[in-house]
Amino acid sequence: MAELSCHASMMTTSKDAPPREDLAKGLWRQNPVLVHLLGLCPTLAVTNSVANSVVMGVATFFVLVGSSFLVSTVRRWIPNEIRIASYILIIATFVTVAEFGLQALVPDIYKALGPFVALIVVNCIILGRQEAFAGRNPVGRSVLDAVGMGAGFMLALLIMGSVREVLGSGTFLSVSLFGPRYEPWVIFVLPPGGFFTLAFVLLAVAWHKQRQTARARARATDEAVLVERVA
Amino acid sequence: MMSDLTWIFVSSMVVNNFTLMLFLGLCPFLGVSGKIDTALRMGAANTFVLLITAMAVWALNTFVLPYAPYLRLIAFIIVIASLVQIVEMVIKKLSPALFRALGIYLPLITTNCAILALAIFQTNRSYTFLQGLVFALGSGAGLALALVLMASIRESVELADVPAVAKGTALVLMIAGSLSLAFMGFAGLLSSS
Repeated sequence: MAELSCHASMMTTSKDAPPREDLAKGLWRQNPVLVHLLGLCPTLAVTNSVANSVVMGVATFFVLVGSSFLVSTVRRWIPNEIRIASYILIIATFVTVAEFGLQALVPDIYKALGPFVALIVVNCIILGRQEAFAGRNPVGRSVLDAVGMGAGFMLALLIMGSVREVLGSGTFLSVSLFGPRYEPWVIFVLPPGGFFTLAFVLLAVAWHKQRQTARARARATDEAVLVERVA
Repeated sequence: MMSDLTWIFVSSMVVNNFTLMLFLGLCPFLGVSGKIDTALRMGAANTFVLLITAMAVWALNTFVLPYAPYLRLIAFIIVIASLVQIVEMVIKKLSPALFRALGIYLPLITTNCAILALAIFQTNRSYTFLQGLVFALGSGAGLALALVLMASIRESVELADVPAVAKGTALVLMIAGSLSLAFMGFAGLLSSS
């Protein structure tokens, strides 16, 4: 297994990718959670209901886009030796803003999220994007990249939150789905359910990838046979 | 007073285990839990940094942050990171053997969410100096326990015949889920005490 330490040198993109690619890669092909396994703490900890997942996703999205914009804007003035410290300061500032914002707008969910709003600071996805992208690319591309990655993170949280709330409480956004006779599968809203759900989601992704490569290989051999016959 | 401290220790070590119950510090849990020896060292290094953090946070909360509460996050991060760096240099100078055993993990740990989470919990629950230290010790022991348990299970399933798709993180998460399920049994300690 690849070392999962939170280092940020991964996920680099070629210099002349079209803008659409900057935006789209984070959603699926380079999804920060499902493919790169970054930001697992919030993915597991706050996804016991859809509402929590959405609020966490929006807060992280805000911090990521804000820091990418700022880092990319001031990147010429940040000395290389202290860039990580500068990035963390910028991120921490945005997280403080997000914390106060959530406290004012959705106090109930803010309380439910507990320390995990403040812990957005140490979410590897955000620092990773600053180091791998925003610190060396123009503002427009950096914001597109951050929007894509943020959306990818939200997508992963939404998948986790939906599965866990539907199975664990029998509801979706607190709307009952199966009627009063449904016996909720409580384990899915408890901590072990988080581990199991993520394991199955990752299994599904790996299985999908395996099938894709198998199909591509089959197509390649088919073509080779065809070429041989024609020759 | 004494039972209070014991309760904090037990609660942070098993009932609210950082890794298995609160999902904190998952990077080392998934990344360096391959061998028992590495897991032990990682756990020790973690406990060490947690103890330093607890002291630093207590000092910040007592002397600095009452005057500027909105600087909480920024202050925690900067102070913890630089303090760990300083301690690392001191250890390197004083005890090269200890540095070789723990050193490479220290910088990694500073960016670990368990450390910042400890700081935040400690602040929210307004622990005293002693309570904070015990809390850090318990959390560190809990992290080490989870790491060692995981490493020993992974060492034994190394040669098991697992389907290729499930190898790697998915399998580790399954094991973590089962461990977490087992740790839920400790929740009973809370109501009985």
